[in-house]
Amino acid sequence: MRGITKRFPGVVANEQVDFEAMQGEIHALLGENGAGKSTLSNILTGLYRPDEGEILVNGKPVTFHSPRDAIAAGIGMVHQHFRLAASFTVAENLVLGHRDAADRGFLLEPGMIEGRVTELARRYRMPVDPGARVWQLSVGEQQRVEILKALYRGARILILDEPTSLLTPQESENLFETLRLMGAEGRTVIFISHKLEEVMAVSSRVTVLRRGRVVGSVLTAGTNPRDLARMMVGRDVVFTQKKEGPAQAEREVILQLRGASALGDLGTVALRDVDLSVHAGEIVGVAGVAGNGQRELAEVITGMRRLTAGTVVVGGKPMRVGDPLAAIRRGVSHVPEDRMGTGVAPSLSIADNLVLKAYRRAPISTQGFLHAGRIRTNAIDLIRRFNITAPGPQTPTRLLSGGNVQKVLLARELSSRPRILVAASPTRGLDVAATDSVRALLLEAAAGGVGILLISEDLDEILALADRIAVIYRGHIMGVVERQNASVEDLGLMMAGAA
Amino acid sequence: MIRIERRLTDAGWLLVAVPVGSLVGAVILSSVILLATGHDPLGTWQRLLDRGFLSEGAMSATLVQATPLLLTGLAATAAFRMQTWNIGAEGQLYLGAVGASGVGIALGSQPAIVVIPAMVLAGLLFGAAWAAIPGALRAVFRTNEIITSLMLNYVAGLLITYLIFDSHSYWRELSTFTSRVFPQGKYLSPAAAWPSLQIAGIAIPFGFLLGMVAAASLWLLYRSTRFGFEARVIGDSRAAAHYAGIRTRRMIVAVMALSGAFAGLGGAAEIGDFRHVLDPRGLQQASFGYGGIVVAALARLNPFAVILVALLLGGLSNGGFSLQGADFPAGLVGTLQGLILFCALAGELLVRYRIRVQRPRSSSVRPPEVAARPA
Repeated sequence: MRGITKRFPGVVANEQVDFEAMQGEIHALLGENGAGKSTLSNILTGLYRPDEGEILVNGKPVTFHSPRDAIAAGIGMVHQHFRLAASFTVAENLVLGHRDAADRGFLLEPGMIEGRVTELARRYRMPVDPGARVWQLSVGEQQRVEILKALYRGARILILDEPTSLLTPQESENLFETLRLMGAEGRTVIFISHKLEEVMAVSSRVTVLRRGRVVGSVLTAGTNPRDLARMMVGRDVVFTQKKEGPAQAEREVILQLRGASALGDLGTVALRDVDLSVHAGEIVGVAGVAGNGQRELAEVITGMRRLTAGTVVVGGKPMRVGDPLAAIRRGVSHVPEDRMGTGVAPSLSIADNLVLKAYRRAPISTQGFLHAGRIRTNAIDLIRRFNITAPGPQTPTRLLSGGNVQKVLLARELSSRPRILVAASPTRGLDVAATDSVRALLLEAAAGGVGILLISEDLDEILALADRIAVIYRGHIMGVVERQNASVEDLGLMMAGAA
Repeated sequence: MIRIERRLTDAGWLLVAVPVGSLVGAVILSSVILLATGHDPLGTWQRLLDRGFLSEGAMSATLVQATPLLLTGLAATAAFRMQTWNIGAEGQLYLGAVGASGVGIALGSQPAIVVIPAMVLAGLLFGAAWAAIPGALRAVFRTNEIITSLMLNYVAGLLITYLIFDSHSYWRELSTFTSRVFPQGKYLSPAAAWPSLQIAGIAIPFGFLLGMVAAASLWLLYRSTRFGFEARVIGDSRAAAHYAGIRTRRMIVAVMALSGAFAGLGGAAEIGDFRHVLDPRGLQQASFGYGGIVVAALARLNPFAVILVALLLGGLSNGGFSLQGADFPAGLVGTLQGLILFCALAGELLVRYRIRVQRPRSSSVRPPEVAARPA
């Protein structure tokens, strides 16, 4: 790709990007959120057309009018969020929308397709049953189907967008093995990621994007995570880490779940007999692969979801469950996973969102009337204290960047002086600088005596911050380990359900 | 290629330019139709303006038309602001009329100081109660309030028809022979007729004054009360409201009842200011409840703008009546009114979206933006 530029109203997503991938290499495209990685891959797969620049495949210039053209040129994409028809079989998904020799007019030949799928799966060590329906598969298996789909359509160049975000460490390792096999066979893999460790582990070359421009392209063997991080962010990065704190055992247990069970949105059991406790000033990490009951766990503690059995005990007294207001009044703060939409009301101003819970009490309101002046001073004060970058307190919250929305949320939740903070994926989607300040705020709150339940799919984050780590699998706590005794391998096994 | 895309920022000047431009567009389009049907456009517009607003007594008549529209417009505004879709102002207005006329008949011998406040109260309560039905259904069973409130309009319409035409109800006049053959409602006593305020030769009905108070109250409610804050949060994101511990179910019932109370007051005003009798045909023909939705939409849910839009539409329909005649069919009047509304609502699109013309396969030069102009 040469001199690619793509503009959207108000932003330049890619500016004069030159990108080159050799045959048979695993080329990582590294950059923070918003650096322009997804735009570039969407151009490469024909979803967007560049405003300027050209794409060359095997030295020949090509123009993609639609994803179909890109597929015909041998470019396949595995999206972060899979594009599979859940009620179809694996084999059916592979031929969906695709015409080739195996397709005789109207009629499909399932036997022949399944045979080819099995053969492909064996070659790349991606075991999957071609007759299984997609909804029956695990996330890792669904991803294999996506990769097989691209291969089935003859992709010589495969693009994977953040492929490990939903996988356990072991599943990720298997994926890397497959990618290496494909590289050895002469296929090109473009691996999009913002995680330094996995880029170092799998790629042979790295191109770093920052604010829509290419910062540099280096051989993986000739670089290290520190240098890559500097290229990505534009300055040195040292992530905030938890210092070895005092033993928590003598401190008060501030939150306790006893035999808590709850249903998920679809009415299936999402939490099973959960026992968990958090001490004052302690950070307990909840690790697990996405969708194993993390959201329900957070919602049960914060009153947003009813329990079917068990109790939630806050500060020694059982809490009325299924009532968010009761949780707020008992000092349970919540940074929800869905920050825009649940954590803040997007179209309301920053000032209004900062009093989203405090509006009920003096000094913000008295006798049912709000005090606009006090709402404003509260906002100005919190914007300064929490370093929120915003045009002003009356700006609609939806116009803020993800990092600043998260700061608004944390400012509100921490300024209410909570006893407990439930933080769900608090740094997901944030850039490096914002991640760091969010982590620092959590550590500061814990140092001030708040008991924190940190629910995250990012194991590195949990290892960096938590005193104790609980692993959740299919709604059940598989075990709780002290941080100093935790190994990634053991945690990974527990996350996959092997106790 | 023409593309319609969302504006990233709200352009302030458009809020004024678009309505004005829409009106100009409507005048041009209507003039084409008037010319085609052999009418003089200029004269027609002059007559409409004259009879609607300028000639003697026109403004007073317009205010009578505008009063129920103002209140149903506020009813829609109160609910729509919380993204609660009360389409039932029509039926709530009928119920308000039933309540106010019933109380007016019952207290016929009492002085105005007793009867009028009682009628106001009855209108508010009957409208609120009728609207609370879809509100409660929504809160408890999660039924769609658009459908239930709309369906209740038909129920309310049949109810008032039943009270006058199909039964010997309390509301029906039965004392004379003609009224037993040609059913009609009982007329209220003079004490139940609402007063009006005379300013510069214009009679401002009591109902319109109440409507202005209601508009100011609604504005204050949404702007600076806890109740209004909760409604705004719910309107923006139900999930955020639940998260913040707001009792969303209670709020839905409360806001529906509030909305219904405004519509019911509109019905009471229609009885007290104008009809002085429960008149099923007249109420149903006027369809003020549906008109209120248009008023609220044009006013962009701003209570003060509701006052102005209600006056404009009131004048339009009042002027429309006087246009009708042998040479000017009622259908043509309706066409003109419809075109004005159509242009106004279409113009709304341009406040939030802009139109870009893209030349297909042009070079890397960015296509020029076409300035958003109302159609």
